[in-house]
Amino acid sequence: MKAFLKYREIWLLAAIVVLIGLISTRFPAFADPGNLRQVFNDTSILMILALGQMVVILTRSIDLSMASNLCFTGMVVAMLNAAHPAIPIPLLIVIALVVGLVLGAINGLLVWRLNIPSIVVTLGTLTIYRGATFVISGGAWVNADKMSPDFIGFQRAAFLGIPVLSWIAILVIALFFILMTRTALGRSIYAIGVNPTASVYAGIDVGRTKFIVFCISGMIGGLSGYLWISRYVIASVEVANGYELNIIAACVIGGISIAGGIGSVGGAVLGALFLGIISNALPVINISPFWQMAISGSAIILAVVLNARGERQQGRIILRKMEAA
Amino acid sequence: MTDITSTPAPRHIPDRLDRPFSSAIFSWEALLVVVAVAIFAINSFASPYFLDPYSLSDLTFNFTEKGLIAFAMALLIISGEIDLSVAAIIALASTMMGMAVQAGAGTPVLVLIGIVVGLGCGAFNGLLVTRLGLPSIVVTIGTMSLFRGIAFIILGDQAYKGYPESFAFFGQGYVWWVVSFELVLFLVAAVVYWFVLHRTSFGRRVFAIGNNPVAAQFSGVRVGRIKFTLFCLTGLMSGIASVLITSRLGSTRPSIAQGYELEVITMVVLGGVSILGGAGSILGVVLAAFIMGLVTFGLGLLNVPGIVMSIFIGLLLIIVIALPIVWRRLRGGR
Repeated sequence: MKAFLKYREIWLLAAIVVLIGLISTRFPAFADPGNLRQVFNDTSILMILALGQMVVILTRSIDLSMASNLCFTGMVVAMLNAAHPAIPIPLLIVIALVVGLVLGAINGLLVWRLNIPSIVVTLGTLTIYRGATFVISGGAWVNADKMSPDFIGFQRAAFLGIPVLSWIAILVIALFFILMTRTALGRSIYAIGVNPTASVYAGIDVGRTKFIVFCISGMIGGLSGYLWISRYVIASVEVANGYELNIIAACVIGGISIAGGIGSVGGAVLGALFLGIISNALPVINISPFWQMAISGSAIILAVVLNARGERQQGRIILRKMEAA
Repeated sequence: MTDITSTPAPRHIPDRLDRPFSSAIFSWEALLVVVAVAIFAINSFASPYFLDPYSLSDLTFNFTEKGLIAFAMALLIISGEIDLSVAAIIALASTMMGMAVQAGAGTPVLVLIGIVVGLGCGAFNGLLVTRLGLPSIVVTIGTMSLFRGIAFIILGDQAYKGYPESFAFFGQGYVWWVVSFELVLFLVAAVVYWFVLHRTSFGRRVFAIGNNPVAAQFSGVRVGRIKFTLFCLTGLMSGIASVLITSRLGSTRPSIAQGYELEVITMVVLGGVSILGGAGSILGVVLAAFIMGLVTFGLGLLNVPGIVMSIFIGLLLIIVIALPIVWRRLRGGR
């Protein structure tokens, strides 16, 4: 039992249960299974994105370009769909994954081959990818009436009573769980985050692994691009503007250490759910949605204060600085 | 008693390493000057309106506000920290100034409020980072939402207007002919920050902290206090920038200065400040500010939309960082 309580995911889960409890004192229907399923569905895209960001952060890197990748890929598939409605949706999803993969690979190559810090690379590609969206679309929007019914309907179709979007999220969570806990790549990702130098001596190709995590986050960005556009049925340059920081916020609340090496799939999912519950709950308990930003900001600060207490190890910090120099 | 005078003369430690002319040519600043001159030349060929004193004066408004923050941010990044909340501080300070206007405050009070709110926000970041030992990138992502969130709570989808006429001077006024108040402030700040970073022991300590905070700590540098000061400075400069922007726009919305934080950091990194800390110069940041102003203004004259300009800024950032690395690798024969 004591070992059980050491997992920060348990505490986060408890916090979420308390949060739901508090909300249902004001609005009892919120804790309804049907409503909770709706909240899960609403949060699906953020959960998927947080998982993609998690693998990057675990290797002591960061991907600020995910939201721009989402915006660009979303525009690509929306325009493809508008021009050729006959392309089946599964093929479009594959296209979204590939486009996202290419964008992620560009980040990864710059980080791997040129050794530029990832925050600089993705700061650059953040503006480039969003600008490229403007270039391919000419600034025009793709509206709902230009999208095919399949394009919009696919993720809304119910399978076993749950929308396809939620199933996609569940599938992605399962894949990431297997990746992080059952594969050599997953172990390498953790190893690099904990100690890159030791990882090199252990035979891990640090650069190549970083390249792979950026490919993963890119594919996730691309997949989310299709999901986002078909959910909110509008593709424009402004899609998900500034959302990269929400993704990182979900990771931070989920207990993923920005210094790398610490974090889990469960944490990322719960962190995203926490933010999702807040944004879903505010309207029903009659708090202006304008409060949401300040509340999630406070949640981030609180989460990092609580998480830092378990992580403080002076020795590691010295080591990290020496490597950076 | 031993004879103190017979101890060997203290070894001469140079104040700085020798910098021959050849290394100055290949320095980062030299590369930036070349880029700036090239962009300037391209601009003057591309548009007949570019080489007009009034155009060039308008150009300065593109970078002065962000540049002011970039100076403080440069020091902060050199010390190994970062502040992503600067744009949110602008929004909060502007909102507070808007509230004060509604309450009938005059221009001096408004300026004071903008600066004090900025300083307060910076101190809040600094306390969280230095007192609780938290990573600044996460803290300031949090305060970024918090500060702008407060602005949204206060304003919602409304806007504050009705700033007094004398308040307009800061963002729209000219000191002499085409030299704007903003430009003068930018240049004065550049000199002050150059002096502080490159000519004082405080600046030396900032570099020391960035290179090795533990060694700096053991050398008697008050690491926490200096980092706290730097966060306060960054907040202060954001407050000043908020006064300028609010004065220039004449209104306050909670979405004011959205995305500025990344532009400021781009400016700093483009200026040759190492994102890992420990290296950088104010001259580089000044040049980077000019370059970013030139690019956005020149493309603006050619009717290129802002979003496309951002592609050029992004490419410029990556290329300028990648160029020396590729160059070194080619010369190293690897």
